[in-house]
Amino acid sequence: MLEVEGLHAHYGRAHILQGVTLAARQGEVVALLGRNGAGKSTTMKSIMGMVRPSQGQVRFEGRDLAGREPFEIARAGIGYVPEERRIFTELTVMENLDVGRRPPRPGQQAWTEERVFALFPSLGAMRARPGGRMSGGEQQMLTIGRTLMGNPRLILLDEPSEGLAPVIIERMADAILALKRDGLTVLLSEQNLHFARLVSDRACVLEKGQIRWEGTLEALMADEAVKQQYLVA
Amino acid sequence: MFENLLVQGLSGLASASSLFLVASGLTVIFGVTRIVNFAHGSLYMMGAYLSWTLVTALPRGHLGFWGGVLVAALIVGVIGVLIEVLLLRRIYKAPELFQLLGTFGVVLIVQDVALMIWGPQDLLGPRAPGLRGAVEILGVRFPLYELFLIAVGPVVLGLLWLLFHRTRWGTTVRAATADREMVGALGVNQRMLFTTVFFLGSVLAGLGGALQLPRESVNLQMDLAIIAEAFVVVVIGGLGSLPGAFLAALLLGQLQAFGILIFPKITLVLAFLVMAVVLVVRPHGLLGRPPASAHAAHVVEPPYPPATPLVRYLGFAALALAVLVPPFMGEFALIVFTEIAIMVLFAASLHFIMGPGGMASFGHAAYFGLGAYGAALLAKHFAAPMELGLFAAPLMAGFAGVVFGWFCVRLSGVYAAMLTLAFAQIAWSTAFQWVEVTGGDNGILGVWPSAWAQPKLVYYYLALVLCVGVTLLLRRAIFAPFGYALRAGRDSPLRAEAIGMDGFRIRWVAFIFAAIAAGVAGGLFAYAKGSVFPTYMAIPRSVDALLMVLLGGVQTVSGPIVGALAYTWIHEQLMRSFDLWRLFLGSVIVALVLFFPQGLVGAAQRLTERRK
Ligand SMILES: Nc1ncnc2c1ncn2[C@@H]1O[C@H](COP(=O)(O)OP(=O)(O)OP(=O)(O)O)[C@@H](O)[C@H]1O
Ligand SMILES: [Mg+2]
Repeated sequence: MLEVEGLHAHYGRAHILQGVTLAARQGEVVALLGRNGAGKSTTMKSIMGMVRPSQGQVRFEGRDLAGREPFEIARAGIGYVPEERRIFTELTVMENLDVGRRPPRPGQQAWTEERVFALFPSLGAMRARPGGRMSGGEQQMLTIGRTLMGNPRLILLDEPSEGLAPVIIERMADAILALKRDGLTVLLSEQNLHFARLVSDRACVLEKGQIRWEGTLEALMADEAVKQQYLVA
Repeated sequence: MFENLLVQGLSGLASASSLFLVASGLTVIFGVTRIVNFAHGSLYMMGAYLSWTLVTALPRGHLGFWGGVLVAALIVGVIGVLIEVLLLRRIYKAPELFQLLGTFGVVLIVQDVALMIWGPQDLLGPRAPGLRGAVEILGVRFPLYELFLIAVGPVVLGLLWLLFHRTRWGTTVRAATADREMVGALGVNQRMLFTTVFFLGSVLAGLGGALQLPRESVNLQMDLAIIAEAFVVVVIGGLGSLPGAFLAALLLGQLQAFGILIFPKITLVLAFLVMAVVLVVRPHGLLGRPPASAHAAHVVEPPYPPATPLVRYLGFAALALAVLVPPFMGEFALIVFTEIAIMVLFAASLHFIMGPGGMASFGHAAYFGLGAYGAALLAKHFAAPMELGLFAAPLMAGFAGVVFGWFCVRLSGVYAAMLTLAFAQIAWSTAFQWVEVTGGDNGILGVWPSAWAQPKLVYYYLALVLCVGVTLLLRRAIFAPFGYALRAGRDSPLRAEAIGMDGFRIRWVAFIFAAIAAGVAGGLFAYAKGSVFPTYMAIPRSVDALLMVLLGGVQTVSGPIVGALAYTWIHEQLMRSFDLWRLFLGSVIVALVLFFPQGLVGAAQRLTERRK
């Protein structure tokens, strides 16, 4: 469904992505792991077109999206949940969701506010609250809900567990598994191995802008050498 | 007495309404696109002219008048969309100053187009049908149309509120105002959004202009007059805030209404004082918020390379020419050369705060003009000789730099640019309105050099020595520790503060230096021309300076010198051979902004770098 091949990206003169290649099949949850500054967020932004890739391909459902604009990529069916969440703080929960709304794809059950509230019940209790007056966990749920309103077929989740309390993290994991059951494909960036293991089918390990290791989570957990080399800070 | 106050207050409210219409469009456009649209005043003027044409052409009566006003506003909306699609869309990522400059190019183009279509004379429109009379309020007659205008402001505010809070489009616009990149990642086509926002803003400006028709004559000065006020309103209210714009428009309307009673000459000065106070207490305006720039990638400017041997060689060659050739030139060429020398200094002084200082000034002509007036006022009122006048010029400009700079260097980006512009407008309007002292529009004549400096050649050498000397001093300062500190403050303010540098003080001193240098240029200019006029401080002259710097390139030290030479020459040629020089200059500006954002010297450097 998603095939990234030889993706390069720069910030000014800094060569951040140096040929990232990874893939996600329909309905799969793939974890993108790596230390601080490995390039996880940059990979996601490059897929999304928010950082313009300098080289490489991003194929999604057979179309090459590299070099397209973010809004076109979003309309093609890729949803992006940024690490910083980027909630519209002035807008209420309902309005935030409204901004994300896009028409559903054929054969897809459309996301509505009510469906988002079924997934994250605590949001349903604060429909008129401005985004700026929500806790970190609530904002994380809102930002995921806002992206779901666009009826994506694949979502890029950038460190959804970052800065959240353990209870909330577990609820987040449940939500992701629920999305997976609905057939959504997820590319998840994480530093929290424990969380990644709860939800992912496969892992890709990123270091200095390249994928260094790929395999199942079980294999990764068993391989101390890889963990030491690429993951432990 | 009380009745008079009431009537003043009511007229204040009526002016506030039209001001709000214009400012609301400006602020909505800024909120989403982050562009400060200088051409917004031109859209207002277009609204007034178009409604004049429509209303006088259409049959008299309600339909003819109100239909004409509305259609004019809609046409202005379409013109706004054209401007957005053809120009702004291509420069959304350019530095703020370029955007401001690009839209100023549009101002010039619109001025000449309006002149061609409607001619230079003031046009009077008919009064509004049904609102011709007056009502008695406490025994004083008050025009009905003014009452109608008073209602327009709150009604438009209410409609806009509904639009932004009760429609999906409005919700999206508010979201984009906070974080437009995120809105794009959610699948919203920013281009469409920007274009529709621009349409709305332009319609508001057009409507503001069209509704002025029964109140005052339509003329070619409307654009810059309203834009300066609208900037003040938007800055006081907080960029991007509609309720802020409304509040600020009310405040300004009242200030002007009552200011006329107290200080008839200096109503603008009052407005400015309020703005300065507001900005010091609340740097982002009454209801504004700090801009969400956290997501913008910060690009650090490359350091200045010291002059390469080639550049040095060229510099010496140019200087040698400037010294050796003039004795063989005629009077006219000497006058042009003198002017070029002065402009080099003027451009170098602006570059000093823009390049190393990283501060945008859209009102640098204030210091040039104050220098000129400093000299001329001494000459006129105290018959002071040139030597004293040339000494007073930098003093006067420097003093203004101390005061104005204290406010301006606190702000950054567009806020600073708009504040510098407002200060220049204040200086200009003081010179323009304070007729007893400054002679108003007629200026001050008979500002001649002392006898020894009367011959054009001698005066040229005097100007050359002073201008080259001060320009070299500025250059020295750029490469001295002071210059490094200034640039450190520009590139990483937090780090600079952390190692104990007082960024505010350094920028302030730089601002004062620049003002003094501009004052020297202004003083020399006054004696070169023999007269001074308020136009020395008007917006177009500030733009001249900006163009010289940008033409040469901000991020090069030799840029302003090349820019001043090129610009003065082009300008001279234009003024001599074209009636429609504004149209031409405006097009040149737009082209420069679109195709040479690095300036001439920057482009040349790129070329040589690529060859390596
Ligand atoms: N806007 C930017 N401008 C310049 N460099 C950047 C920018 N954003 C990120 N970088 C650099 O790019 C590299 C990769 O950053 P990225 O955010 O992709 O890493 P990450 O794997 O997501 O890290 P984290 O776990 O901290 O989120 C880092 O060295 C970072 O400093
Ligand atoms: Mg990251």
